[in-house]
Amino acid sequence: MSAVPETGLLLASGRVRRRKRVGKAVELAATAGSFAAVALLGLMVGSVVVKALPALNWDLFTKNQAVFGESGGGIQNAIVGSLVLIVVAAAMALPLGVLIAVYVSEFASPRIGVVVRTALDVLNGVPSIVIGIFIYGLLVLRFKQSGLVASVALAIIMLPLISRSAQEVLKLVPPSLREASHALGVSKWRTVLQVVLPTTLGGIATGATLAIARAAGETAPIIFTTTLFTNTTTFDPRNPVNSIPFMIFYNSESPDPHLHEQAWAGAFILIMFVLGTSLTARYLLHRAARKLQQR
Amino acid sequence: MDAPAAERLPASALASRRSRRDRVGDIALYGLSAAASLVAVFLIGLLIYKVFEGAWPSINHFGISFLWEKVWDENGHPEVYGALSLIYGTAITSAAALLIAAPLSIAIGLYLSELAPGGVRGVVGALIEMLAAIPSVIIGLWGILVLGPFVQNTLEPILSSLLGWLPLFSGAHHTGGLLPAMIVLTIMIIPISSAVCRELFLTVPTDLKEGAFGLGLTRWEMVRGVVLPYTRGGVVAAILLGLGRALGEAIAVTQVIGNQNVINVSWFNFGNTLASNIANKFQGASYYHLEPSALFYLAAILLIFTLIVNVSAQVIVKRFELKQGR
Repeated sequence: MSAVPETGLLLASGRVRRRKRVGKAVELAATAGSFAAVALLGLMVGSVVVKALPALNWDLFTKNQAVFGESGGGIQNAIVGSLVLIVVAAAMALPLGVLIAVYVSEFASPRIGVVVRTALDVLNGVPSIVIGIFIYGLLVLRFKQSGLVASVALAIIMLPLISRSAQEVLKLVPPSLREASHALGVSKWRTVLQVVLPTTLGGIATGATLAIARAAGETAPIIFTTTLFTNTTTFDPRNPVNSIPFMIFYNSESPDPHLHEQAWAGAFILIMFVLGTSLTARYLLHRAARKLQQR
Repeated sequence: MDAPAAERLPASALASRRSRRDRVGDIALYGLSAAASLVAVFLIGLLIYKVFEGAWPSINHFGISFLWEKVWDENGHPEVYGALSLIYGTAITSAAALLIAAPLSIAIGLYLSELAPGGVRGVVGALIEMLAAIPSVIIGLWGILVLGPFVQNTLEPILSSLLGWLPLFSGAHHTGGLLPAMIVLTIMIIPISSAVCRELFLTVPTDLKEGAFGLGLTRWEMVRGVVLPYTRGGVVAAILLGLGRALGEAIAVTQVIGNQNVINVSWFNFGNTLASNIANKFQGASYYHLEPSALFYLAAILLIFTLIVNVSAQVIVKRFELKQGR
């Protein structure tokens, strides 16, 4: 019996309807998941802003942390300490990272290039707490805790990020630029320094900015390598310095609501810095990509 | 007649000076950049050496049985240290976080690569990347002061009324513990894994996808039949990268997990992980004879775990790229 009516073939049968319904349900779930992640970001940043607002005042930037038992005070020492750590760490990691990228893209044989890249990937995968304990064993036991020692730990975090992104942009430089330079009789080192690197400046700056944003928020590498118990503002990295992430970490574990407020204020400053630098990096990347495309 | 001779002489002198400068410059740039690369390779070796050197007194004293010793007691006579409760804490928190984060990351990757309309795509993608940029110490601060009370007063009562017959969801409610640690780790894995998933899904050739649509498949059936099989290896790698982050996260976990070196079945109760135990105990460890080296021992175990996870993720990604002939 051909009970199926001829017209029925063109209409959605029950099975097709179910398939479509399953598809819609999955699409809805995926959309909901994505917006849940965005909502989470909003919730977190929102909490930081709401909790930090009552604590934001000029004292934060102009006063050092109060001595134990006293109220008031700011976090000037932590803010300056963070700046010192980041600047010193970037000063170490940036030249080293770019030099490694230059070696891999301009000099190394493919096999050695793979070795160096793998080393950087492995370094990137090492948990930051292990880097902290490594620097403790390597430097703190000999030279005591200081801003300089903590900067070395942060520089190790930054190095693979900077170097990897620099390698990526060096790969994008058209070979014709190098060939043109060689054809004019320009030596290799001047080709690299005056032709290749300038075209990649935007990309390298992007990588460096992202690395700085990452290092600014790192806590694990510095909790053993520079000490918390400094209430003075110092620009000298040879001294132990406090930092914003360390201050947040320490204050968050204390039961004192005033210290919590300070932690939220520090979190606000840190989050503004990190998101600001990330946005700057995006802008730089955008501009660099446009510039490379114009060539 | 004088002028050309005079010109020739300085010109040749200039040329030789320039070639000497170029030789020196070439050698200097080569030497410096090669030395920098050597530093990177050397750093890995030094790191592994230093961690094991620091761990040596404990490796010597406790041997391999450190791995299955449950007790962590600084004040005992003699001091006893074992990693089992921490390995358990690391495994259970990472596994639970992965269980939630993996499907969510795949879903987000699919939304961003297949579903989202053009304008929304960039914005949502950028916002989820921002989530990756939030420092872990701030996630931990939020975890203690915002998530903690919510977990204690809302989430745990709901779980114990629904699933209270499971030992996992029994006992008193706390602001800290394994459950908030799992949530915090989930939040940290999602942006990493979903970003990699999105990139992977975008590599699926359009003709394959259009072929599937041409056969009358719905979008979900196309994803299940084409996108996911095509990117299977890469998705595993994306999740492994997230796992690497979860295993090694110290700060945010130590802020919320309660820092007790015990094996509690209930997720409402306290625990500790390899990484968070180091972050929590290292400051005061030097008062004890063996604790610093025991913490180095934990770092060595953690290093080995994360190396295995990250290297296998990279091997999978490399294979995936080879398959695509990129």
